[in-house]
Amino acid sequence: MSHKIIVPIGPYHPLQEEPEYFQLYVEGEKVVDIDIIIGYNHRGIEKLSESKHFDQVPFLVERICGICSSSHPYAYCLAVENILGGEANIVPEKALYIRTIIDELQRIHSHLLWLGLAGHFIGYNTVWMWAWKYREPVLDMFEMVTGNRNNYAMFKVGGVRRDLKDEDIPILKKMLDELSPGVDLFRGAIMDDPVIKMRLKGVGVLTRQQVVDWCVVGPTARASGVNMDIRRDEPYGVSDRLDWKVILEKDGDIFCKTIVRILELYESISIIRQSLNKMPKDGPIDAGVKDIPAGEGIGRVEAPRGECFHYIKSDGTNRPVRHKIRSPSFMNVASDKVSAVGGTISDATLTLAAVDPCYCCTERVAVINKTDKCKVMNGWDLIKLSQEKTLKLKEGYYGRPE
Amino acid sequence: MDMRDRIKESLQDKIKDWQEKYIKRVYFSIDKKDIFEVTQVLFRGLELRLITISATDMPDYFEIIYHFSNDPAGEIYSVRVTLADKLKPEIQSITPLLPAAEWIERETWEMLGINFKGHPNLKKLLLNEDWPENDYPLRNKK
Repeated sequence: MSHKIIVPIGPYHPLQEEPEYFQLYVEGEKVVDIDIIIGYNHRGIEKLSESKHFDQVPFLVERICGICSSSHPYAYCLAVENILGGEANIVPEKALYIRTIIDELQRIHSHLLWLGLAGHFIGYNTVWMWAWKYREPVLDMFEMVTGNRNNYAMFKVGGVRRDLKDEDIPILKKMLDELSPGVDLFRGAIMDDPVIKMRLKGVGVLTRQQVVDWCVVGPTARASGVNMDIRRDEPYGVSDRLDWKVILEKDGDIFCKTIVRILELYESISIIRQSLNKMPKDGPIDAGVKDIPAGEGIGRVEAPRGECFHYIKSDGTNRPVRHKIRSPSFMNVASDKVSAVGGTISDATLTLAAVDPCYCCTERVAVINKTDKCKVMNGWDLIKLSQEKTLKLKEGYYGRPE
Repeated sequence: MDMRDRIKESLQDKIKDWQEKYIKRVYFSIDKKDIFEVTQVLFRGLELRLITISATDMPDYFEIIYHFSNDPAGEIYSVRVTLADKLKPEIQSITPLLPAAEWIERETWEMLGINFKGHPNLKKLLLNEDWPENDYPLRNKK
């Protein structure tokens, strides 16, 4: 069977979450090539944005992604503020703190979500349930800060839309304190578990050179030892005034990617706590920007998955002439081409998921056996394969249960 | 040496219209024929990271900007190329040099109809295979 055979597997319904379509070419168990087909949910947001007023665009770009729905409006606001002279020069002090709090809350909820799903994929359903249990209070905190559990509608050019109430701050701090033991639990459960280590170490490796070649960003790059984090490299909000560190690992396998995300949870909790302590009690939250002059600006933030980039070109009217958006997954998913090839089918689900491409992507995977006949597997078959492998490792380590 | 000086030194007269619009934002223009060489210098030589390519349909020409990031300093170097031929915009592909550009160039091609010469796999990425030919969504419609 040659490379050229394409097996269409459906249905691709736009209502399915994040449809992406992977075609694996295999020889026996080994993946020898992979085709990635995307675009099932392309909504033409860049074009749509050109027809919106500068003030309406945040609401639009917020809907690009439901998980990192504050990164896009934040990057957009930074791009427009870049034309106006920079975030630090126009946005009021208190709004900067609120922006950072939202940005980090979002990182916590996104990383917990990833952790839960990764646990499910390797057959650790307890990790899945616990991760989602601890994610719930984070959404409650969002509701307290922004009024919404998702799609926060907080960002506007020149500030934020809603002030943080003084009486909520002690409650938020208490909720943060309750979150830390939960993260400790994951750290223990994952870093000290011999079976998880066997299952994830050396799987789906992305080398440092591959990260550079494929311009991979975010935690995926940091797990391979590439030292980049937009929060530190080009500070926005108040990230340069607080005490935190960039988490780096060097092996680039799925275990490292997991560790990076777990340790980042601690940093995010610490950043929010410091912000709540240092935030000024009073003061404006909005600069009242009216007109956007002609010019071009670039804004970027460190979204949970990596650098989120927005480019805005303005001609002095009330609409952008060009709005280019590049989400981190656009770069990271492309790198699956190198990380999944050479592994086995039972590792493929996990490898594809390890860049955190906003899951459910693996629902439609075609497996084409190069030497034998063609076999079509759906996402659940693949998750089952992955879970069986963990079970085998477990039995090898602890012995087969009676 | 500062990255700005290193870029100026290695590209020399290929650089036109050097603008430092904002603290960490540098824009400069180059000739269309130099793009492969410039990418080689910036990506392989000076180890900048390609963020993305943004193309715009301007009234008289197409504008392509290659955004490179100098991560240690948090700077962005935006390399601007102007394609004067409105009917048949064309530029050399940088994918053979920089694998990450594959999807970016495919997206730019299908959205604006800019042909990337030498691209190994120039087919639709986001649009459906049966999208009408010569209909490019991000071009300005008269």
